[in-house]
Formats: sequence, structure tokens, C-alpha cells
Amino acid sequence: MSQDLLLSIRHLRTRFRIYEGLVTAVDGVSLDMYRGETLGIVGESGCGKSVTALSILRLLASPPAEIQGTILFEGVNLLDLNLDEIRKIRGNAISMIFQEPMTSLNPVLTIGEQISEAIRLHQGVTRQEAWSKAVEMLRIVQIPSPDIRSHEYPHQLSGGMRQRAMIAMALSCHPRLLLADEPTTALDVTIQAQIVDLMERLKEEFDTSIVLITHNLGLIAEMAKRVLVMYMGKVVEEAPVGDLFQEPLHPYTQGLLESIPWIGKKLKTGRRQLQEIPGIVPSLLELPEGCRFHPRCSHVMDICRKEEPPLVQKDGRRVLCWLWA
Amino acid sequence: MTETIQSQALRTPYRQADTQLRRNWAKLRRNKAAVFGGILILIYLVTALLAPVIFPRSPSAPNLMRSLERPSIEHPLGTDELGRSILGRIIYGSRVSLLIAIGVVSVGLLVGLPLGLISGYYGGKVDFGIQRVTDTMLAFPGFLLALALVAVLGVGLKNTIISVGISMVPIYIRLVRGCTLSIREQTYVEAARAVGTRDMTILLRHILPNVMTPITIQTSLGMGTAILFAAGLGFLGIGVQPPTPEWGAMLGSGRAYLFHAPHVATFPGIAIFLAVLGFNLSGDGLRDVLDPRFRI
Repeated sequence: MSQDLLLSIRHLRTRFRIYEGLVTAVDGVSLDMYRGETLGIVGESGCGKSVTALSILRLLASPPAEIQGTILFEGVNLLDLNLDEIRKIRGNAISMIFQEPMTSLNPVLTIGEQISEAIRLHQGVTRQEAWSKAVEMLRIVQIPSPDIRSHEYPHQLSGGMRQRAMIAMALSCHPRLLLADEPTTALDVTIQAQIVDLMERLKEEFDTSIVLITHNLGLIAEMAKRVLVMYMGKVVEEAPVGDLFQEPLHPYTQGLLESIPWIGKKLKTGRRQLQEIPGIVPSLLELPEGCRFHPRCSHVMDICRKEEPPLVQKDGRRVLCWLWA
Repeated sequence: MTETIQSQALRTPYRQADTQLRRNWAKLRRNKAAVFGGILILIYLVTALLAPVIFPRSPSAPNLMRSLERPSIEHPLGTDELGRSILGRIIYGSRVSLLIAIGVVSVGLLVGLPLGLISGYYGGKVDFGIQRVTDTMLAFPGFLLALALVAVLGVGLKNTIISVGISMVPIYIRLVRGCTLSIREQTYVEAARAVGTRDMTILLRHILPNVMTPITIQTSLGMGTAILFAAGLGFLGIGVQPPTPEWGAMLGSGRAYLFHAPHVATFPGIAIFLAVLGFNLSGDGLRDVLDPRFRI
């Protein structure tokens, strides 16, 4: 089993030093990821999902971030590598796709130039070879007439096509791990479905594992096998996707699931209104004492206000809550 | 059928780039001030390049018998105190000022562009260091800085170019740094980093092309300023030295005869005015077309 372990993160803590003080964006995240798996990470904006992904590739240059802990990728701690070594990993063994297909391609370079640049960087092939590989990648992500499209600039492509081009760029060096940071958020629903299908297919084709970061629980249900739920920089719950949807353990997860509108769902309260999690996410500069979720929790107990909850292991699931201790 | 569609689509990218250029050109042509500026620059360039054809005699050979003559058919703009044709000296002076304008902008770009890119991209201590030097340089009015540099380096064409060029460096640093800062945060730069692109490649391939528009505008405006500064130094007698025909120096030496031979100072003054006007008008026009956000 252990040789199937692709990525193993222990006690990852990412902090930013800003004017007002030290912000801990990711606080003690641990996770294991196996080859061929799709791991979902869900949470609200600002819960540390993206920062976790960016920490893996050490892409947090500005503002300067302090990253602690260990990130073992195929047995190598990425945090120990020097800049040249991590650069060889980026885009090659691990690559990333971003939320905004509108802004994640350079407006002054053609699609083909951008994809072949990534290929030339890692594969040591000539310009022409890289170009034909780029065209091939565009064909694989099902962009029509890739020979022509490769000569076009990002503004000439639609949003869905740009995201396909991004995926082509990210997968051009057949990475073992793909970090997908909100890959479908900026796209409309029909295009979302196409991109999901594409990612599923390419995952099989290239034998790539995917970390899927999103706040879209529907997408998680569709693609992920295991899910981490994050809240304010901590993993509050980890479970196989079916268990999570059937029986969420953490009150935050319960709240998240209740706040999704389902067609045909009966509202428990009888109100014609969607259930929401009360309150707002507190500032990371003023962390609540005890459990971070206690000011918004519907099951709050005295101990939650005083002490941080323990990580409880339960039937192969993990939950960070006093309710289950 | 499919083939026709394919071949049509194949031409699209070129045609679109073409229309973009054509659209900008049309916009520029509608801008009367810019057209006027462009015509002035064109005349100026043609004059500078074809000086020996237009005026085959030496602009520097004195003829004391005919000093301070008023405009005539033989000397359309009159002669100066040494009897040299003012028209000839203005024509040859355009070469000097063009050389200065290009030289100054090159010095400014050569130093300012890389420093601005590095300062904006890397930030931190490097940025702090570069910016404090820039602040110090900007604390002086540009001309005063050029003047001080000439005092250190000495007079002459080369030193004029270096001094005025250096006095423009902080402007380029600030401009390039500002643009770099905003482009650095774009997702496509992060995406480039995420595929393992080197910093140098990111700077040259991803950031530099996006900075070119403001640089183009600043370069056009900067050439006008460069001519003005160099003429100012020449006027004070610490720029380009005689007998090289230089507009500022001509203006300076003509000042003594302002009352009984006003044409000696007036015509070089008009030449400076028109050249600077040309660069400023076309610079403004370029800005309006290329970067509508900057329009005030």
C-alpha cells in the first residue's frame, strides 16, 4: 500500500507576515493521497484550500510566506528542495490549473506558444517538436481544429476553450499530480460538465491523480473519492465521499450540506428559505478561542469555547470536533 | 466545402491582428493633433537624414564678410554672427538633436527598463534599494539633475546624452516598476511559474511585452523632453560645443543680437519648438489610441 502513496502532507502550516501581524492561512493540515485518486478539498473562500495547493508547489512568493511541516511527494520533501529542483517538479511531476481561464493565459502570447513553452522547459525537445506536441495536446482536450487554434491568442477563445487550453498546458508533461484550483467555477454549467468529463477522461488516460479544490459540493460528489473539509486553515473533517454526503459528522459540514438547494428537497423547517450557517467567518487575525467554529456552531458546548477540539478517528474517517470525542 | 472553411479559418488570426492594427491606425488618423505631430516628426526626420542633399554646403564654414544678414534668397533664414547660413545650421542641427533624442531615450531605457523590471518583479530589499535611489533622483527637477551631471562629466555631445539620459532614468524605472507590479499579480504569471518557468523567462516573455505600450508612449514623449533639455544645456553653453550646429547653442549665441538681428535667435527657437511639439502631440495621440485608461 505504501508504494501507492503519492503525496503525504504532515502538519503543514503556512503563514503570511503582513502589516497587521502574522496570519496563519493553513494551520496543521495533514493529508495522504494515493496514486490514481481524486481528493476533494472543500471549504468557504479564505479557508486555506488554495494556499494549501500553492504551498505544495511553493508558489507563494508574494507576500512572503513561511511554510512549515513536511510535504512528501514520492518520498521527497518538497520543502527541502532548492529553487532549481522545485522548478523541475512544477509543471512536470505536479502541475496546476487555476480558477480564472480568462486571466491565466497571457494575452500577448498565442496558445501554442504558451503550451509549447511548458513542454520545451521540461522535455528538452526542439521548438518544432514542442509545437507539434502542443497541437496534439489541444487535440486531446478536444479543441476543434487545433492547428489553427494554436496560432490564436487567448482573447480569440471562449472561456471553456481557454480552460481546455489551460488543462492542455497543465497536462502537457504528463504530471503525476494535478492541482485543480476551482477549475470550473468561472464557467457556465454546461461547460462545467464538459470540463469535468474531460478531466475524468484525462485522469485515466494519463494516470494522473487530482487534488480538486472547490466550494462546489456537486463537483466533489461527481469527481472525488475522498473529501477534506477545511475551515479557517484546518481540516475539520475527512471522509469518503459517500459517507460525507450521507452522514456528515462535523457541524460545519452539516451546515454546508444543508445550505445546498436540492431539487425536490423538503425543507426541514417548513420555511421556504434555504438553511444557512449563521454568522460570518472570523478574521484570521482574531481567532476565536477553543474551536474555531464555535461562534457559528449549532451544537456548541462549554468545552468548545475553551479548548481546541481533538482529531477523532472514526470508521476510517477523521473529524475535528468535541461532539465525537 | 470543408476545405474552404479551413482555409478561411486559417487566415483569421492574421486578419484579426491586421484589423486591430488598422483600427488603431484609423483612430490615430482621426486624431488631428496626432497627425499634425506626426507630420512634424516626419519633416524633422527627412531633414535630418537628407541634410547633405538639402543643404550641400558646410554649415560650419564662417564667412565674416556676410555676418548677421537678414533673410534673403541666398540665405532664406539669414546668417549668424560668423556669416553662416542659419537655415543650413538648423538643417544640420536637426541631425544633432535627433542623435541626442535617440541617445537619451536609449540611455534611459537601457538603464531604467531592467531596473524597473527587477524592482517591480522581485520586490523586497532590491525594490526598496532601487526605489530610494529613484526617489532621491526624482527629488531634483530633471533639468537640474542633468545640469549637475554635466558639471561632473564635462561638456560635449556624448556627455550631454549621458547626463540627460540619466536624468530620465528614474521616470522609466517608476513607469516600468508600476506596470510590472500589476502584471506580476496576474494569474498568467502565476500559471507560468506553476509550469516551472524561470524568472528571467517570465520577465522577458510574459511581463515585458505587456509593458511595451506605456514604454512606447513614454519614449515618444521622452524624445521631446530630451531635445528640450539638450537645447537648454546648449543655450547655457555647457551642452554640445561649437562649431557643431546645435539648436540650443545657436539660440544662446543669437541672444546677444536679439535687438538688431532677432532672426538669429528666433529661427532656432522655432525649430526647437516644432520638434518638441511634434513629439509631444504624437506621444499624446499614441496614448489616446493605445491606452485609453490613461486619458484624463
